[in-house]
Amino acid sequence: MSVVLFLVGLGLGAAGAVAGLVLPGQVRALAAAVLTSSGCGLAFAAAAKVLISGIPATARSAAILPLTGVVISLDRFGAVFVATAAVVGVAASCYSAGYLARGHRSRATSALLPLFVTSLLLVPAAAGVATFMAAWELMALSSLLLLLTGHRRAEARAAAQWYAAMTHAGAAAILLALVILSAHAGGQSFAAIRAHAGALPLAVRSVAFVLALAGFASKAGAVPLHVWLPRAHPEAPGPVSALMSGAMVNLGIYGIVRVGAGLLGGGVLWWWLTVAGLGVISALFGGIHAAASSDLKRLLAYSTVDNMGLVLTGVGASGALKVSGHITLAALAMTAALFQLVSHAAFKGCLFLGAASVQRAAGTRDLDCLGGLVRRLPATAAAFGVSAAAICALPPFSGFASEWLLLQGLLRGFAAHGAAIEAVLLAGVAALAMTGGLTAAAFVKAAGIGFLGQPRTPDAAAAAEVGPAMVAGTALLAVPCVVLGAAPGVVLPALGKAAAGVLGPAPAGALRAGIGAEAASATDVIQPALLAALLLALLIGIWAALRVWARARGRAQAGAGRRLAEAWGCGGEPQTSRMEYTATSFAEPLQRVFDDVLRPSHDLEVSHLAESRYFEDAITYHSRVDDAIERGGYRPVIGLVSRWGQVARHAQNGSLHRYLGYGLAALVVVLVVLA
Amino acid sequence: MSATVAAQAAVSALQLVAVCIGGPLLYGMMAKVRARAEGRAGAPVRQPLLDLRKLIGKECVHAEHSSVVLPLAPLVLTASAAAAVMISPLISTRPAFGRTADVFVVVFLLLLGSVAVALAGLDAGTAFGGMGASRAMTIGALAEPALLVAVLALSLQAGTSNLPGIVAATLARPELVASPGRVLALAALVVVVVAETGRIPVDNPTTHLELTMIHEAMVLEYAGPELALVTLGGQMRLGLLLSLVANLFFPWGIAGAGGAAAGAHLLLGLVVLAAKTAAIAVVIAVLEVSMAKLRLFRVPEILSAAFVLAVLAVVTGLAVP
Repeated sequence: MSVVLFLVGLGLGAAGAVAGLVLPGQVRALAAAVLTSSGCGLAFAAAAKVLISGIPATARSAAILPLTGVVISLDRFGAVFVATAAVVGVAASCYSAGYLARGHRSRATSALLPLFVTSLLLVPAAAGVATFMAAWELMALSSLLLLLTGHRRAEARAAAQWYAAMTHAGAAAILLALVILSAHAGGQSFAAIRAHAGALPLAVRSVAFVLALAGFASKAGAVPLHVWLPRAHPEAPGPVSALMSGAMVNLGIYGIVRVGAGLLGGGVLWWWLTVAGLGVISALFGGIHAAASSDLKRLLAYSTVDNMGLVLTGVGASGALKVSGHITLAALAMTAALFQLVSHAAFKGCLFLGAASVQRAAGTRDLDCLGGLVRRLPATAAAFGVSAAAICALPPFSGFASEWLLLQGLLRGFAAHGAAIEAVLLAGVAALAMTGGLTAAAFVKAAGIGFLGQPRTPDAAAAAEVGPAMVAGTALLAVPCVVLGAAPGVVLPALGKAAAGVLGPAPAGALRAGIGAEAASATDVIQPALLAALLLALLIGIWAALRVWARARGRAQAGAGRRLAEAWGCGGEPQTSRMEYTATSFAEPLQRVFDDVLRPSHDLEVSHLAESRYFEDAITYHSRVDDAIERGGYRPVIGLVSRWGQVARHAQNGSLHRYLGYGLAALVVVLVVLA
Repeated sequence: MSATVAAQAAVSALQLVAVCIGGPLLYGMMAKVRARAEGRAGAPVRQPLLDLRKLIGKECVHAEHSSVVLPLAPLVLTASAAAAVMISPLISTRPAFGRTADVFVVVFLLLLGSVAVALAGLDAGTAFGGMGASRAMTIGALAEPALLVAVLALSLQAGTSNLPGIVAATLARPELVASPGRVLALAALVVVVVAETGRIPVDNPTTHLELTMIHEAMVLEYAGPELALVTLGGQMRLGLLLSLVANLFFPWGIAGAGGAAAGAHLLLGLVVLAAKTAAIAVVIAVLEVSMAKLRLFRVPEILSAAFVLAVLAVVTGLAVP
C-alpha cells in the first residue's frame, strides 16, 4: 500500500517536471508547484507509514533500467530521509510558485525543480547499485542545471564548475566503492551486498568504506571536501538552495550510514573515529566561517557545513560505540544525529527561503547593505527569526531539543570507556560547545544586522514584503522549528526505531526495548513542552504585571502609548545609517580571534597628492575572508592541472598533418606492443 | 501526589522571590565591598532595589527606528532567567520541573537571554548598540565552550546531567568536592561566571564611557520599566549563577525531601544559600578591586584558559574517577 503511495508521489513529481516544461508561462510555475507538492505529500505519507509499521515499501521493475532493472525498497532509515526531503520539497515547491512567477526565464527552473525534488525522494529508496547511482546522478545533474540557470553571472558559472567537479569526483568514488562491493557479492542489489559483506577481507571493506566516505562526505559538505558548498548554495535559485541545504546534503549522511553501518555491517573502530573526526573539524571550520561571513547565503552555507559536522560527529560516535559493543548507546547517538539532521532541514530550509526573499525584495544578500527589514518584510522576518532562534539552540525551539539530545548522546557514550572513544566524544562535546556560541554570534549578526536597525541602502529601504506563496513556503518550515522543539516526542520514537534498524542485524527484542527505554527517558528527562509553557507563562506574566503596575500608578499609556525619541548618539549628531554597525564590523572581533583559521587578506592602498606626499589623496581598504582550505589545498592542484593543460596545448596546433602523424604513431606503438 | 506538586511549586516560587530580591542585594553588596575597599562609604546595599523601584515608575521611551524586539527583549531576558531560577535546585533539591533542571538546559536558557539582549542592542541601529552586541556575542561565543565543557566534567562525575542529581551525588559522596576534576571545573566556571555577568576584568558594570562598554552599550536605549527589567534580569542571572556555583561545589545546607519540618528546612536552605552566595560575591568583589579591566582582545586569552581548564577537568575526571 505504502509503495503505491510512494510511486504515485514520484510520478506526480515527474508530472510536475513535464508541466514545468510544456505549459505556458502564466500557469507553468503554479502547475509544477501543485503537482510537486502533492507528490511530496504522498511520499511523506508513504514514509510515515513505513516509519510507523516498519514494513519496507518494495517495488521492482525490470523494464526501466536495462540489464539491472530498478529496485526500490524504502525501509525505516530511508523513510526518515524521504520524509525530511518531502517536507522541504513541499515548502520549496510552494515557494517556487511565487518565486518563479515573475521570472522571465522560468521554464528551465520550473521543469528542473520537480525533477530535483523527485530525485531527492528516490535516492533513499534505492535498493540496488544501479538504481542508486541513477538516482544519485539525476540529483547531481538536475541540481547542477538548476545552478546553471544563473549562467549569466560569472559567480554562478564558477560555482557550477566547482559543484560539477566535486559532485562528479564524489560520484566516481561512490561508484567505485559500490562496484567493488557488488563484484565481490556477485550481485548489485543492496541485500546481496549486505549478505556477502561479512565474508570480505577487512582490507577490501576498508577501501570500499574510505571511497564511499570520500564521495558521500563531499556531498555532506564535510571539510575539506566542502569547497563547493559556500559557492553553490549562494548562487543557486532560492528554493534550490533550500533544497540543497535542507535535503541534498542529508543524503551524504545517508550514504555514509547506509554503506558503513548497513551494507558493511559496522566495520572497525577507526572508520567511525575518522567520521567523527571529520565531523568535529567541519563543525568548527563551518562555525568560524559562518561567524565571519557578511554574505547572508554564504553564512548559511557555512552554517550547513557546521551542522552537518555535528551530525557526522553523532554518526561517528554511534558507529564507534556500536563497534565497541554498546549497541544501546550507539542507537541513542544515532537517534540524536538523525534528530539534529531533521531539525536542521527545517530551520536551514526556512532560513534559505527567507534569505531568498530578502534577496528578491532588497536586491542583495550582502548584510552590509541591508537593515530595517523587520518593518518591511514582517512575515519573512518572523519566520527567519523563529528559525534563527532554532539554529542557535534557544529553548523552546527545535535546535535546542536536538542539540540537547546530541549532548546527551555524547555524554552517555562516555560509559563505553575506551581512550579513543572518550577522546572523540570529548572533542565532539567541545565542538558542539564552540559552534553553539559561534552560531549564536553568526545568527545575531544575520538577524540583527539584516532585519533590525535602519536600512543601510536605498534598495533595502524600498524593500517590500514578498508574495503570499513565498511567505507561505517560508512559514511552512518555521512550523516544525516550533513543534519539534516543544514536542520532540512526535518524531523521536520513529527516529529511534530507524536508528535501531540501520545499526544492523539486531538482537531484535533486546535492542528495541533498550532503545525504547533510552529514547523515552531522553525525551522525558527534560520536558520541553513544560519548559515552553513555563517560558510563555512567565513572559506573559511579566508583561501583564508591568501593565498592571503602570495602570495602578496612573501611567496607563493610551493605545500604542510609547514615546519615541532619538537614539543615543553620545550627545552628538543624530544617528544615520552610515553610523550603524555593519556585519563586517560586528564580526571583526571574532575574525581577529580566529585569525589563524580564517586568514583574512587586507589591502590598504593609499594614493598621495601629486603636490606633496605628505597629504593623502584617497585611501581604499579591502578586507576579504577566503576559504583557506580552498586557497591552500585546491588552488595549487587547479594551477598544476591548468599548467599541464597549457603544455598539452602545444601538441594540438590544429594541423591535420600532425593529427594524422599522431594516429600513425599510435598505430605503430600498438603494433609494437602487440607484436 | 498533588501535595508534592504543591510543595514543589512553592519551592520554585520561593526561589524566584528569593533571587528577585537577592540578586539586586548581591549586586549592591558587591558595589558596597568595592566602595569600602576603595575607601568610600558607598551606596547602601539595598540601593539596586531602590533603583528598580524608581525606574519602574518612570515612563517608557523607545528609540525611533526600533522595532518590536526592543520591548520584547527585556521580557525574554527576565522570563528566561526566571525559568532557570524556578527549575534549578537553589534552596531545595526538589523544585518544580526538577526533571527538566538539566545543566545544559540552564546553559541554553541563559543563552536565550543573552541573544535577546544582543538583538535589542542592534535594534535601534546605533553605533554603540552594535558595538556592545558584537563584543557581547564574541565573549559569549568564547565563554560558552568553557561553560559547557565544565558542566560536562560535573555531569560525568555525577553520572547525570540533571542538576538535582549532581547535587545529590555530591551530597552522597562528599570526597568528590576535593577531587582534582571538580577543582579544575570550579576554576573554569568562576571565570565563565565573571564573563557572563559582565564583571571586571571582562566588563565594567559601572562604566560611563560608551567606548569601553559591553553590556551597558547594548541597553543604552532602555528607559523606565524596561530598563528596570533588563537590570533585574542581569541581577537575577548573577544571583542564579552564584547560587549554582555554590550548590554545585558546596551543596551542604540545601533542603532535601519534604516531611514534617519541610518549612524549617526551606528556611534553613534559604539562609544557607544567602550566606554562601554572599561569601562568593565578596570574594569576587575583592578580586575585582584588585585588578584592572582587561583590553578587549586579551579577554579571549582568559576564556581560552578557562576552556583548557574545563577540558583538563574532564580528562582528570576520566583518569581519576
